[in-house]
Amino acid sequence: MKEIPGKKVELVNLSKTFVTSTRGIVKAVQGVNLTFEPGEFVTLLGPSGCGKTTLLRMIAGFELPSEGAILINGEDVLAKTPDKRDLGMVFQNYALFPHLNVFNNIAYGLKIKKLSKEEIEARTLEGLKTVQMDDFAERVPAQMSGGQQQRVALVRALVLHPGVLLFDEPLSNLDAKLRLRMRDEIRRIQKEVGITSVYVTHDQSEAMAMSDKIVILKDGIIQQVGTPVEIYQHPQNEFVANFIGKANILDATVLEKGKTQTKIKIENAEYNVKGETAWKVGDSVRVVVRPEAVDVGKKELSGKVVKSIYMGVSQDYWISFQGQELEVTDYNPSAKVIYEENGEIHFGFKEDSLHILEKLDD
Amino acid sequence: MLNIHNNAEVIGERGIKNSIRKLKFALRDPVLLVSVLAVAIIAAMFIVIPLYTILRESVLSKGQITLIAYKDIFQSVFHLDVIWNTLKLGFTVAAIGTAVAFLFAYATTYLKIPHKRFFKVLSILPMISPPFVISLAAILLFGRSGLISYKLLGFRNDIYGFWGLALTQVLSFFPVGYLMLTNLLQNIDPSIEEASQALGSNQLRVFGTITVPLMLPGLANAALLIFIQSLADFGNAIVIGGNYTTMAVQIYQQGIGSYDMRGATALAVVLLMISVLAFYLQNSVIGKKSYVTVTGKASKQRNLISDKKATVPIYLICMSISVMVVGMYLLVPYGAFVRMWGVDFSFTTRWINYVFTIGMRSIKDSTILATIATPISAILGLVSAYLIVRKEFPGKRALEWSILMAIALPGTVLGLGYVLTYNTPPIVLTGTGFILIAALVMRSMPIGTRSAIAALKQIDPSLEEAASICGAGSQKVFLSITVPLVRPVFFSGLVYSFIRGMTLVSTIIFLVSARWQMLTVAIMNQVDQGLYGAANAYCLVLIVMVGAVMLLMNIFMKTLGINLDEGY
Repeated sequence: MKEIPGKKVELVNLSKTFVTSTRGIVKAVQGVNLTFEPGEFVTLLGPSGCGKTTLLRMIAGFELPSEGAILINGEDVLAKTPDKRDLGMVFQNYALFPHLNVFNNIAYGLKIKKLSKEEIEARTLEGLKTVQMDDFAERVPAQMSGGQQQRVALVRALVLHPGVLLFDEPLSNLDAKLRLRMRDEIRRIQKEVGITSVYVTHDQSEAMAMSDKIVILKDGIIQQVGTPVEIYQHPQNEFVANFIGKANILDATVLEKGKTQTKIKIENAEYNVKGETAWKVGDSVRVVVRPEAVDVGKKELSGKVVKSIYMGVSQDYWISFQGQELEVTDYNPSAKVIYEENGEIHFGFKEDSLHILEKLDD
Repeated sequence: MLNIHNNAEVIGERGIKNSIRKLKFALRDPVLLVSVLAVAIIAAMFIVIPLYTILRESVLSKGQITLIAYKDIFQSVFHLDVIWNTLKLGFTVAAIGTAVAFLFAYATTYLKIPHKRFFKVLSILPMISPPFVISLAAILLFGRSGLISYKLLGFRNDIYGFWGLALTQVLSFFPVGYLMLTNLLQNIDPSIEEASQALGSNQLRVFGTITVPLMLPGLANAALLIFIQSLADFGNAIVIGGNYTTMAVQIYQQGIGSYDMRGATALAVVLLMISVLAFYLQNSVIGKKSYVTVTGKASKQRNLISDKKATVPIYLICMSISVMVVGMYLLVPYGAFVRMWGVDFSFTTRWINYVFTIGMRSIKDSTILATIATPISAILGLVSAYLIVRKEFPGKRALEWSILMAIALPGTVLGLGYVLTYNTPPIVLTGTGFILIAALVMRSMPIGTRSAIAALKQIDPSLEEAASICGAGSQKVFLSITVPLVRPVFFSGLVYSFIRGMTLVSTIIFLVSARWQMLTVAIMNQVDQGLYGAANAYCLVLIVMVGAVMLLMNIFMKTLGINLDEGY
């Protein structure tokens, strides 16, 4: 499919407040400032009710922000109805028009643009080819599987060559296997076409696999914006650390501060953590330790094994440590000693993978 | 998922600042603005303002506000009698009607009995027939010269009065309850009853401890629905009520007959209050208290009860009621060809000739007006439902309420309101075809709106959003997505509007003039003079026309490939 020049989207101090009869005043989105660069694939990620869908629907024009502005290529679009914003959207339930066949579903927007018959046909068939569905033009939506319907919905959005493509949890109605295939396909096409994309999901693995940039939301407030690597390795707070992957949050003390590394102490063990910190020497801090960052067998720290489960690719332990259960994933267990439940276990942490939280949750 | 969007719609914003923001949001779209204004103006002109005029007229005397008209009503034995008559009739008809409706609904959904199709078809009959057919037939059967009462049993029965009226109302209105209860019974999950049986209950116990308690809100709902119809009924009451005067009739006689507008309006307000209260109860209190979850489809087939002790007596009761109703409908065409009912049963075409010569005028006028009103009503119903379900604009709730409340509005009250409002400047409309069309539209549109609202709620809003994102403006979205998806509702709306237009009596009786003569009013006048032959002939013409239109529409929809039950 032809390359589409993506547009830049800016959200300026965007807020949305609902008044509900059951829950009173709900601040769905609060003071959001975000920029989506042309061609970027950005995921809005968060638990249900975090405001991600509301944010997307405000960009689309289905909801009116209570405050703030939405700029597309620098132009304020608040006064525009959705049909005038030059957007494409893929919906969770596909939203194919049930009374039209695949061809007419895709051609729907092209006809409104009053393109010539030849061009409509050319673009529609080309679009179907991109998703390997050339033979489906005459089918009606009811005769297709969920995955096929979602492909058609994607093509329907793309043939209009919109400046921005919006996705509202497009894969959540599909089964697990299909979800994996579809997310690769969406990402492939998006890269090919180069369209700016805003993708709403609550599935962190989807976000990790697809995004240039992830925006993590909670209670309508942005928690962190960053690449998948930044978000995973350097979460800014406990919520982000827990939401993306599994995380153990441990207490530690700052011993020394340096330009490139910080020395901390967890119980009796000392570690040099990469990077600078804003904390002072002597401060108590919280450290994120991913389950795979625990080095089982290293004689630095010890605890009691509470639970031990063989997962095939790994041996998972829950170790009683610092008054909580430390989650540990030890890969390739067939080559290693396996510790029994209720027994003692020695372990240490992989220095490179530790991360000091710069903000404490209330 | 659906609920995300719905929540966003249910929840609005409060405060003036937000109202202005919301207005701005609505103003982005001029088509939306124009349609909202159009629907609002129509609702104001033909529902809200006439009702307000009635209220104003009832409390104003020589420029002073006074409640004297109400005092008169509640001090006059006659008026209190009329109110009590209306309520007593309403309660009786609601109780018996609901019982009959439940019997039919239970029989057709739970019992293994033959001829279910016949019972179902029968249930539609009273809904599409002119209101007098049943009362006319009741007179022909049980009246002074009745086929059964006089010819067969040999006594001069007086059918006019409470029992005659109650009988005709029950037969006319139970089908509405039947449809509603059938729908609910079908949605009871059979496994609930099977669970009760597994715990040791027999059929009777299941019925008493599971089915009936589950249906209680539904039964109350059906009873209120029938009650409202009984209150508003004008056609039967004026034909067969005799000296048993109900409020709907008294409003007409006091307003048009004696030209006592203050008394009539005060009585109308009282009737309106009772109807609106019943409507409110039905929709807000009981309507929401339903145990039956509508899942669309029952999870599995119900094992029908085949115990002869239950099926035989219920079948016999249902069959005898059905035969009676069908017999009544057959009596009308028969009566149209009989020289003089009760005296001379020889064949004649005199009445038919009469109808097609002298009566042609009213047939023509009625058809013209109903034909004009039909598309207006169907389109307006769909548009207003679309705005109510899908769009956000200030005053939406008020608009929704005033349209839906019009369903419960007794026709006579509305007619009185039109006469009072549009008889004097600034806008004089009485006597024109315009006001008659408005009356026909307003008597069918609210029901169209209600069924379109139900249909639209079944359609995922993201379909329309998808169209809008594809570049379709709101008009294009409505025409290319919404309308095709609710076609079945739209077409049944058309049929319903036409039938309603041809058979309406209550409202238009206030509005007819020398310029426009209506078929139903002509029938009423014939009955009034005891000329049953002509009345029967008129009814026959009406039934044939309505039947023909339904048939045509059916054929038309079949060729278009539209299935009335289809859903996407």
